[in-house]
Amino acid sequence: MGLLDKEFADSNIVIAKVEDVMNWARLSSLWQLSFGLACCAIEMMATSASHYDFDRFGVMPRPTPRQVDVIIISGTVTLKMATRIKRLYEQMPDPKYIISMGSCANSGGPYWEHGYHVLKGIDRIIPVDVYVPGCPPRPEALLEGLLKLQEKIRNETLRTKKKTA
Amino acid sequence: MKSPEEIFEILKAEFQDAVVEIDSELPVEPIIIVDPLAINKIAQFLRVNEDLQFDSLMNLSGVDDANGEKITEEDGTVTIKGGTFSVYYHLHSTTIDHKVVLRVITDKNKPEVESVDPVWKASTWHEREAYDMYGIIFLNHPDLRRILLPDDWDGYPLRKDYENPEYYDGMKVPY
Ligand code: SF4
Repeated sequence: MGLLDKEFADSNIVIAKVEDVMNWARLSSLWQLSFGLACCAIEMMATSASHYDFDRFGVMPRPTPRQVDVIIISGTVTLKMATRIKRLYEQMPDPKYIISMGSCANSGGPYWEHGYHVLKGIDRIIPVDVYVPGCPPRPEALLEGLLKLQEKIRNETLRTKKKTA
Repeated sequence: MKSPEEIFEILKAEFQDAVVEIDSELPVEPIIIVDPLAINKIAQFLRVNEDLQFDSLMNLSGVDDANGEKITEEDGTVTIKGGTFSVYYHLHSTTIDHKVVLRVITDKNKPEVESVDPVWKASTWHEREAYDMYGIIFLNHPDLRRILLPDDWDGYPLRKDYENPEYYDGMKVPY
């Protein structure tokens, strides 16, 4: 995993790059904002529950945006909710990540044409790191999305800017 | 237990002109049509009358009857003129165990219906929803605000002539 291969066998010292340590720490304890929006949220809850166990990846829900690293947009974003999500996102400390879960959050989903009250994709208001397709995505798909995000974080550097989009 | 026809006769005797007719030619249960400005008194009567005792408002819903006159302009835009809105009341008596459906019809240009809030508290949010979706004004309602849409929303989305907005609060709405 990049960190322990440089371990000295006979002492307690590990030599690693600061970047690697930071990235490893970040990707191993991604705390998610504890909130769900629609049917997808049920699937997200199933992912958190014992059978799929989000916690083994270090993901656990926090009920305040000021202590979270990742926000999972799990479901239909109504325009009324969109203004609240934007505010929640702005309250999160950097570095912050966004997983867009399900067709609704990706593009409006079943409401894309006649949903007068639905935002057609959360990326219209906040920048998304990982899109998870599905209606709803199975827990495995959400886990895959999380692994993709971890991969992304693992390759971050201090030198270039974190987010380009 | 009373049938809708018997209930209609009782109401007709009590309220005369305010009770318009009973529509039995339906695949569903018969519907009693009453005056929108007398619905609160009729509701009170239905609740307290010994033989009726309608103590539960199961549902209250607004409907756009889609009976306005469609006018197609030269440039192809369609506007709907006139027409009516309805409000349906589904009542149940938990003591006698009978049911009835009431309907009031109100003009689309001035959709005003008396609130039944003093009779059944369950109606408070139902009436707010009907107001939110159709713009039906419930007179003497204690708190007639939008219930689902944001307070600053324009228009009433379940009206047949509703146009989806282009933008809300800086966010583009169409796909
Ligand atoms: S994507 Fe499908 S399952 Fe998920 S919130 Fe939308 S409608 Fe529900």
